[in-house]
Amino acid sequence: MLDDFIIRAVLAAVGTALATGLLGCFVVWRRMAYFGDATAHAAILGVALSLAFSVSIFAGVLAVSLAVALLVFALSGRGVAMDTLLGVVSHGALALGLVAVSLVPGTRLDLDAYLFGDVLLVSVENLAVIWGGAVIVTAVLVRNWAALLTATLSPDLAFAADINPRREQLILTLLLAMVVALSIKVVGALLITALLIVPAAAARGIARTPEGMAALATLIGVLSALGGMALSLRFETPAGPSIVCVAVAFFAISTVGARIRA
Amino acid sequence: MSLLELKGIEARHSAGAVLHNVSLSIEPGEIVTIVGPNGSGKSTLLRIMIGALQPTKGSVTRAPDLRIGYVPQTLHIDPTLPMTVRRFLDLPNRVGAIDAAAALEKAGVAGLGQQQMATLSGGQFQRVLLARAILSRPNLLLLDEATQGLDQPGSASFYRQIDAVRHELGCAVVMVSHELHVVMSASDRVICLNGHICCEGTPDVVTAAPAYRELFGTGTKGALALYRHDHDHDHDHGDHA
Repeated sequence: MLDDFIIRAVLAAVGTALATGLLGCFVVWRRMAYFGDATAHAAILGVALSLAFSVSIFAGVLAVSLAVALLVFALSGRGVAMDTLLGVVSHGALALGLVAVSLVPGTRLDLDAYLFGDVLLVSVENLAVIWGGAVIVTAVLVRNWAALLTATLSPDLAFAADINPRREQLILTLLLAMVVALSIKVVGALLITALLIVPAAAARGIARTPEGMAALATLIGVLSALGGMALSLRFETPAGPSIVCVAVAFFAISTVGARIRA
Repeated sequence: MSLLELKGIEARHSAGAVLHNVSLSIEPGEIVTIVGPNGSGKSTLLRIMIGALQPTKGSVTRAPDLRIGYVPQTLHIDPTLPMTVRRFLDLPNRVGAIDAAAALEKAGVAGLGQQQMATLSGGQFQRVLLARAILSRPNLLLLDEATQGLDQPGSASFYRQIDAVRHELGCAVVMVSHELHVVMSASDRVICLNGHICCEGTPDVVTAAPAYRELFGTGTKGALALYRHDHDHDHDHGDHA
């Protein structure tokens, strides 16, 4: 069954949606969208380094995304203007990555595959990484759910309940780097943040509790993955952007729906 | 032993010392009010008590059985985060339906469980924060300017609620406030803070202290008397007999 590249592509898209659904809610609640962008854009630098040193793309991207995520984590909470800092890191990492890729000798690289993803090229090993990563991300989030949610709501409430909000923030930072590394194949560096934010934002209009929103975001993410892949195969459009388009359609419907009900 | 003991606390911001040489201890069951003007380090002191800040000098000793219930000054819930009152009470630890309903009742907001936090009025919101704080059965309840944004009758009624909760749980209460006129008469002890402890004692002692008058003037005297009468009437503390 996994011999069929279309099946592999669909499974990869669904696996990515599973990993981004829950984490995306925290990205939205904590306003980490720029943070996601910075981490994701750094992935291109990771691609360049992977090619230069002949290591797997996943390893290279994970290493660089982790490094950037930890850098931003270390700088946060020190009174630096966060959006400016993230803008510098995000675009700096992207520009550096693009320059570095062009300097890698030999291969005339198809950069589009890393900027926008190329889900049809997913291998069985990639699939294992994506689903393995999705399981780890989900398990860590579920296990730390109450503490993460308390820290998200208010760092001081967390402290008073013996929860260290800094630790919870670090967990989210690490998971974000991991999700970037495992979803670059599917949606590419430029649209990873969309996959995190759009399903969660679409779920917000309907949900009454954080858990309800998380479940809905995951469902909408999976439906977007399936719908986007169907569109992509039918009209030969790029898969990553097609998935994001379907997710945005869900967002539009849920937002308008919520307005009408209200 | 004391629930919480602070010794020689110093705290610094980049701008310089916010607190210096602050020592105090909180005994089981007492009500302590910390008053001080803006920028006097009240919130910093409270954040040291809950462990959100480490003092640059001095020591904080917590009783082994210390359970803190914390009512923050305000809580901004991001509009992207849906949160019913009932779900909020489950943070950080899940509680049973009966306990949750009882806590809402004690805090004076029975039956609000299914409402979204974002739709509550200021007074209801503070009471839900109080309900959440008492669910952990604290022996120390910490309130940071908990009546900010409430009008005077609203604050007075909120403080009566806290008094009732304290009678029921037997917990110590530490309140941070600048609203002396509504808060003081319920306190066993008032600590007047302005970077350091200026004066300390029963409400009567503090209002008469020169250091207090220097900080706050005597302008609140009338309102204070007004509320004290009101309060004594309700709770029969009878110190105006």
